[in-house]
Amino acid sequence: MEQWIFWIVAPISLGSAIAMLMARNTVHAAMLLVVNFFTLAVFYVVQNADFLAAVQVIVYAGAIMVLFLFVIMLIGDKDEDLTERIKGQRTTALLLGFGLAALTVFTIRTALSTAEFRGLAEASKGGNVEAIGRAIFTRYLWPFEVTSLLLIVAAIAAIVIGRRSTSDDEEIEPEPSDSPAPIAAAPVAEPRDGRA
Amino acid sequence: MILPAQYLALAGLLFATGVVGVLARRNAIVMFMSIELMLNAVNLTLVTFARMHGNLDGQVLAFFVMIVAAAEAVVGLALIVSIFRRTKSVSVDDAGELRG
Repeated sequence: MEQWIFWIVAPISLGSAIAMLMARNTVHAAMLLVVNFFTLAVFYVVQNADFLAAVQVIVYAGAIMVLFLFVIMLIGDKDEDLTERIKGQRTTALLLGFGLAALTVFTIRTALSTAEFRGLAEASKGGNVEAIGRAIFTRYLWPFEVTSLLLIVAAIAAIVIGRRSTSDDEEIEPEPSDSPAPIAAAPVAEPRDGRA
Repeated sequence: MILPAQYLALAGLLFATGVVGVLARRNAIVMFMSIELMLNAVNLTLVTFARMHGNLDGQVLAFFVMIVAAAEAVVGLALIVSIFRRTKSVSVDDAGELRG
């Protein structure tokens, strides 16, 4: 039964990930990533991680992807120019990716080919959510509290970085063409244009 | 009878896909999505190892990874919006200098 689920969902998962890379449209890429997140939620349910499956759908497919879509809508969908600034970048990336995939799969085959699941029947006795809650609020209480601090700092950082500067109005919309360039900075800027 | 190696191999392939995305694409948003893909692949390995060893610590760690990924996405997207305001582009080639 689980084999069936795996062999049906795994190609969807990998296919949506690869299609995300090749999508020219950013919104399409975001939608394919949502498909990938849902397939991972299916794997979590199958592997007795009910709580994580719910968090995956709510936090990843819900909150984070909505944030991504907000930014895409804010910025507008711009086409990526396909000229390579670094020569052979895409082929090198593909080669490195294939090498990494082959290495990982080979290592797993040699090291873990006979490993079997022990199962979580006794570890999550009385329900997966209850067991995870017990672990988080006893053994992992201190890391859990630290993550709350991390989230507050991230929210403050997002506000500080994302806001428009109101104190110095001349910094808003600095058009590079009509703003007088500093004389000392002009020769430094030259090699960058020449390299491009 | 399903084996842990199947799930781990799938997670390795997903991770490699994310690496290719970061290396090959230059749209900052797509690069970010590839990073999220890699974090998800690692979460799948953590859940698989938790089940393999009969221990819930892996699932708790995957939960913490999700929290950190959320914080990282918030700050990163704010940076992308901030860079876009200056350079009018989301290509990482145009963000080669930190001077405003």
